[in-house]
Amino acid sequence: MTAVLAASLSSQGHSFLTPTGVEIVFVLVGLAVLGAAVLTVTTSQLVHAALWLVVALGGLAIEYLLLTAEFIAWVQVLIYLGSVVVLVLFGLMLTKAPIGRSPDADSGNRWVALGVAVVAAATLVTLVVDAFRSTWMDLSSGGGSTGANGEVLFRYWVLPFEALSVLLLAALVGAIVLSRRHREEG
Amino acid sequence: MITALEALLRCLAVLVVFLTFPLVIGQTEHKVMAHMQGRLGPMYAGGFHGWAQLVADGVKFAQKEDIVPAGADRRVFQLAPAVALLPYLLVLIAIPVGPGGFVGQALDAGLFFVLAVMGVGVLGSLMAGWASANKFSLLGGIRSAAQLLAYELPMLLAAASVAMAAGSVSLTGILGAFHWWWVPWQIVGGFVFFTAGLAELQRPPFDMPVADSEIIFGAYTEYTGLRFALFLLSEYAGILVLCALTAVLFLGGWHGPLSADLGWLWTLLKTFALAFVVIWLRVTYPRLREDQLMRFAWIVLIPLALAQLALTGIVKVVIS
Repeated sequence: MTAVLAASLSSQGHSFLTPTGVEIVFVLVGLAVLGAAVLTVTTSQLVHAALWLVVALGGLAIEYLLLTAEFIAWVQVLIYLGSVVVLVLFGLMLTKAPIGRSPDADSGNRWVALGVAVVAAATLVTLVVDAFRSTWMDLSSGGGSTGANGEVLFRYWVLPFEALSVLLLAALVGAIVLSRRHREEG
Repeated sequence: MITALEALLRCLAVLVVFLTFPLVIGQTEHKVMAHMQGRLGPMYAGGFHGWAQLVADGVKFAQKEDIVPAGADRRVFQLAPAVALLPYLLVLIAIPVGPGGFVGQALDAGLFFVLAVMGVGVLGSLMAGWASANKFSLLGGIRSAAQLLAYELPMLLAAASVAMAAGSVSLTGILGAFHWWWVPWQIVGGFVFFTAGLAELQRPPFDMPVADSEIIFGAYTEYTGLRFALFLLSEYAGILVLCALTAVLFLGGWHGPLSADLGWLWTLLKTFALAFVVIWLRVTYPRLREDQLMRFAWIVLIPLALAQLALTGIVKVVIS
């Protein structure tokens, strides 16, 4: 949603009355993503929620593609659609996710959750809009290519990248330790 | 206008390949399996050695009633075959067949695209497994999800090794950088990739999610007619994609004698030779258990893939 607003605002700065085809598609896909995301949290059928999440995450990948960030788009598909959603579905299948509605899927916290979501969205929208204002970014092809990403990542962002890999390694070791202890008890 | 027409023609060509080559592989499987087991296989349909058997099968599937179980989740149930099949069609677009732009669409991050989109196909069997409202289907679905944990990592690591060797994640770029000595250099990665791919396709010896003799075809138990045929087609399209990818990444794709003129023939030859191996494995090996696959993946495949990655790195540093 943030991205949609940012895009429509920045296009206002450049040429409000003549949006290009890509911008129109971008906004439309953004609306579809928003709709799918809302359905993800409102549907009372558990597995449907996971499948709507697939639509939302896949739509985001299309948004990345439209912004010429080809590499990020495929990574999004690989990690989120190919792995995360499959894990979510796997988890759901291990529970007794019924066909049809789960009456106990409604949370008593829904209004609090809505409040948190609105506040988070408002913060992000304000942040992005305030950060970019009417900056016009030229989306020339190749700007988001694998080569460009790699250069930026390993020239300017090496330290965060390495710190993240240490974090992931710690998580991996932690998972192994936890599963080993579990096995000795059982 | 010309480029639009060309793009359309390329897509059409990919579609034709997608609709015919899996059938060729399927028919080969019929015959090869039969001969390996001392049988003849289909002999009557179409006259000459039963060449039209799969066409007849297709007609049969199309005539059958399309049943959706009363307890099933209708929409998810009906959508699942498409989700299982379409990724392979998309992947086929990005696989280079011959030199000089003989590819549906060359992508900058082709390797990522191919692996990412292939991974989406698993969602199809998960959807089918859950939406059928059938215990065996659910077991099949759970098994395919569990299997994913085993093959995803070694497959990506093996593919990363080739990308590292070539210094490119574009499939055409990888082929452009290929030299013959890559085959022995990357052979371990090739083995890991091919094996993990077999697990992804749920082919024997890794066919626990479909295991017809234990859980009656798993996620596909409740499917009939055309939708079932689509699942079968996706399996054979998957074999085509996996073999073509292995050929491109590890066996040099169109490289070979006279590759300027006959490059596409080399790709096809390598692809079908690998497809033969896939069939051969089905006839030869018994089915593993899910935990045996996990064990195999974590104790054999991932260490091998990591060793290959290290070897690639060392050689790359030494020769550069």
